[in-house]
Amino acid sequence: MSVPDLAPTLESSGLVDAYTPLADCFDEMRTAEGEVRPHWQYLLDALRTLGPTGIEARWREASRLIRDNGVTYNLNGDPRGMSRPWELDLLPLLIRSEEWAELERGLIQRAELFNLILADLYGPRELLRLGLIPAELIDGDPGYLLPCHGIDVSGARPLVHYAADLTRTPDGRWRVIGDRAQSPLGAGYALENRVVLSRVLPSLFRDSHVHRLAGFFRSMRRTLTRLAPHHGEDPRVVLLTPGPQNEAYFEHAYLANYLGYTLVQGADLSVRDGALWLRTLGRLERIDAVLRRLDDSWCDPLELREDSLLGVPGLVQAVRTGNLVLANALGSGILEHPALMAFLPGICQHLLGETLALPDIPTWWCGDPEARGHVLEHLDRLTIRPCIRSLKQTPLFPAAMEPTARAALIEAIKRNPSAYIAQERIQPSTTPALIGQHLEPRPSVLRAFLIAEEEGYAVMPGGLGRVASSHDATLLSTQLGGLGKDVWVLASEPERQESLLPSAELLAPAVVKESAVSSRVADNLFWIGRYAERAEGLVRLLRITIFKFSERGDFALSKANASCLRSLLEALTNQTQTFPGFIGEGAEERLRDPVPELLSLISDRSRVGGLPRTLEALGQAAYSVRDRLSADTWRIISDIDRLVASLSEHPPSQLSQALDELDPLVTSLVAFSGLSQENMTHNEGWHFLETGRRLERGTATASLLQSMLVPVSGEQDENMVIEAVLGITDSLITYRRRYRGGTRIGALLDLVLQDEGNPRALAYQFAVLSKLVSDLPRGDLSMGRTPAEKLVLKSLTGIRLAEINALIQVEGQEPRREVLARMLADLDTELAALSDAITAQYFRHEEQPHSLLRRTGTMQP
Amino acid sequence: MKFRIQHVTRYEYAETVSLCHSIAHLKPIQTRRQQCLGSVIRVDPWPAVSREHEDFFGNRVNYFSIQQAHDALEVTAQSDVEVTPCVLPEASKTPAWERAIERLYDKGDGLMIDARIFTLPSPLIPLDPDARNYAAISFEPDRPILEATLDLMGRIYSEFEYDPASTTVTTPVAEVMANRRGVCQDFAHIAISGLRGLGIAARYVSGYLETLPPPGQVKLQGADASHAWFSVLIPDIGWVDFDPTNDQVPQEQHITTAIGRDFQDVTPLRGIFYGGGTHDLRVAVDVDRLESQPTPEMPAR
Repeated sequence: MSVPDLAPTLESSGLVDAYTPLADCFDEMRTAEGEVRPHWQYLLDALRTLGPTGIEARWREASRLIRDNGVTYNLNGDPRGMSRPWELDLLPLLIRSEEWAELERGLIQRAELFNLILADLYGPRELLRLGLIPAELIDGDPGYLLPCHGIDVSGARPLVHYAADLTRTPDGRWRVIGDRAQSPLGAGYALENRVVLSRVLPSLFRDSHVHRLAGFFRSMRRTLTRLAPHHGEDPRVVLLTPGPQNEAYFEHAYLANYLGYTLVQGADLSVRDGALWLRTLGRLERIDAVLRRLDDSWCDPLELREDSLLGVPGLVQAVRTGNLVLANALGSGILEHPALMAFLPGICQHLLGETLALPDIPTWWCGDPEARGHVLEHLDRLTIRPCIRSLKQTPLFPAAMEPTARAALIEAIKRNPSAYIAQERIQPSTTPALIGQHLEPRPSVLRAFLIAEEEGYAVMPGGLGRVASSHDATLLSTQLGGLGKDVWVLASEPERQESLLPSAELLAPAVVKESAVSSRVADNLFWIGRYAERAEGLVRLLRITIFKFSERGDFALSKANASCLRSLLEALTNQTQTFPGFIGEGAEERLRDPVPELLSLISDRSRVGGLPRTLEALGQAAYSVRDRLSADTWRIISDIDRLVASLSEHPPSQLSQALDELDPLVTSLVAFSGLSQENMTHNEGWHFLETGRRLERGTATASLLQSMLVPVSGEQDENMVIEAVLGITDSLITYRRRYRGGTRIGALLDLVLQDEGNPRALAYQFAVLSKLVSDLPRGDLSMGRTPAEKLVLKSLTGIRLAEINALIQVEGQEPRREVLARMLADLDTELAALSDAITAQYFRHEEQPHSLLRRTGTMQP
Repeated sequence: MKFRIQHVTRYEYAETVSLCHSIAHLKPIQTRRQQCLGSVIRVDPWPAVSREHEDFFGNRVNYFSIQQAHDALEVTAQSDVEVTPCVLPEASKTPAWERAIERLYDKGDGLMIDARIFTLPSPLIPLDPDARNYAAISFEPDRPILEATLDLMGRIYSEFEYDPASTTVTTPVAEVMANRRGVCQDFAHIAISGLRGLGIAARYVSGYLETLPPPGQVKLQGADASHAWFSVLIPDIGWVDFDPTNDQVPQEQHITTAIGRDFQDVTPLRGIFYGGGTHDLRVAVDVDRLESQPTPEMPAR
């Protein structure tokens, strides 16, 4: 079906008249007879009241919230990569309480069933011995992790967290189309959908009596606390992520924050004494439970995938010893084997003595000769799916295939039958989605989430809805493509507002403990400080330079002006290290027409040292520790991201235009530094951020003074140079208030070099650094000063003892301030050494683990 | 026959290793015709953690970790084992190989269901078509399974060249098939790949072989080595071993350490270490006959 050309807008009285469900499929909003289902009426009325402009406004608000919160989902193949924003439909999927209750029963039965299957497969394997599951299906699957067989998993439910993808067949019955049993993705997105929708449609949300989600996450926390083997009062739980490259890294950081768990990567962890430890600055902290978002086969290079750099060597042994609990248990990936669906009814009868309440789509495993015969005979009525679980695998529709491709598929099935399943083709149900200004029926899938509690499974009252981005239902594959949808389970009674934070008795003690700073996190925070400062300094320097350049007006530059501009341009090249630039080869030409080089520094993404690259590096470092940044801080990072994107997508062609783009950047960068100063707890992590910032500002200031003040120009020029330096260092007002006369350069140096009260002065940076480095964790170096402390002390003393009169002395044929030059060069070297010392002491990541050569001994002839 | 086996593995690192995790398949399992009378593993430096568990295939696996800085690692496994000869039925009286395959799918037979994993491809042994065609020559229709397998073993022995320089632990089956040369591990992998390609359950066996010095000479220390061969499930008899490297059905001189789908399941010693740089490896194995009664409990150092 295509979109009708003249679809009536929401404004017209017939809001739903134009809404025609697709033939032969169940629609959530309209019955086959064309009636609107009663539980949708209230929502439709509300939409009518809002009108097109109201809806448009809400939609914009929702998009803004998603953007500001940095909600991303990095869909494979999407050119936007990491920063692809999550897309949310304004319309929730509505489900009545009574219907939900029935669905819940089916889901709970299924979770219990899968849990029993998991326990059996890694224990007695009775299901195989009884022939309820063909042995080949399990033993031949890479998801069945032999090293995990026989591990006694703690708790009655090793399947802690489970999710099912559901849709409805045309008769309106819910069917499961996929199971998620490794580390089910999406609960965090569901929560974020809810946060956004309840903010943009507050009254509608309130009056619809929607079931709340917070209880589900409380259950999750309670369960992990309960499962953790106890070592003292408060078990430490971490959330293990593959890292910022993962498509759902947003969710990992989001959930870690929401649940109060430390977000860790494999490299942050280490197994010692048969237990798992988090490597923090200078010490190890014991981990009791891991909520893993890393697929099980990657978790331990010693016993599982040898080539995994994401896991922790010895992890399987720590679990085997009972010192650690993983949720879900290692090996649970086997439950996602699509061929299991073909055998569930029999297994359910055997294990639970019940019929399967929530049926699957009829499924055939081609590894079974009889089933294979059926599949090959009815190929065109079926969907073929490979058993290999990979994000790139998509279902195949033989009926729609080219004859050669179809023949090749048949050949492939015959050659390796156990690698394929077939399922009956079903038309997924549709649900209304707001496309532009219209409601359109779109194929949809609901992902429901369950968590194991002490007595049984609890279902999240809601879930993650997804609608296809077109009418083509095949796009709703394993990845979370398409539009996200909040799912509202409509309660008959209003519910009490809940959140994770209040209610002391429910708060597990573990979560109030501040999460530890690992070396990796400290490293990233240090660089966030450096990049943020670097970017801010660069923008200031660029602005002053452009001002100076445009001052020349239509007249040729005065000599004074020209020499000042030249110093500024050279300072730019020095500070960004973008040689040759205005210094090396071809500099003369670029000095004559600096515009292209300036524009390139402002908008060229490929320019290392340029503004976009620096800001991108800031964004990446921030993304890697996004669980440490507040929502407000993150909003600023998102703003900066957007400004960078627009700068490089629409590069300014004129400097005046570039200036307009730089202004909001300064504002954002200043806001960022303000927030990190005022809103971040001054803990270990903050110390690293601040150290990075001071170090960078020191380096930039030294470099600026080197470029501007070491070469000597005439007195008239010097006024201009002083003004420029004061402008860049934001010290103009103080200077004017303080020094009405006197040697100008001397006064300037007093203010920007030696004044420990001026936050832009070099002395100030070292004074702050001195305090910061003495507060950093000391580790083994408890005696005497650390190398970093010694370096700072030396520089600070040098500045304090420096004689301004000596510094301003001019020497040589080509007049230069040699003493000043030497001092600035020394400071620059000392700052670089300080950065190295801090890196060596705190960020030295453990060496990569290696595998021992395995061939042991020559073989016998 | 009783043996004492000493298997020493020594790693020397160019740089200091700060932390090391290892797992070892070094303690002999019990089988129908082999009894392990005692086995100890000594690790130097002293491991902070050392534990034993049984793996999926029933092998004894030892995990240990060393948490102190070290420049060398030495693992010594010493085991006393009693091996009894294998009594083979008359080859022509064993069931046809096709019948043996059918038996794998008998309903309710736990032994058979558990054996089916050995009919599937495994990480190091894919179902190589060349290996399958090669095996098929020995497996004429209705040929008794023992007769056919003995024939296959003999052909590998005479048609493949033993050449330690030609392969590494990761040389794929297809390459060995193409070059017709390799070591015991490769020959076992080839036979297994071919057998599984036909649908027969075949597994990998790792262990030792006693070598005897030439008459009149004294046996050299450390001259023995680890060895590998394969095993086939023959209905009503059980798993029967075949050593294609020596064209022998192992009798008393083959000592089994562990069984699995392929070498990867039973690697004698594997590990992950932090630091270390490059390393040197030396392995010495001694298989000695025990004339007197063995001491069941050997003193740990």
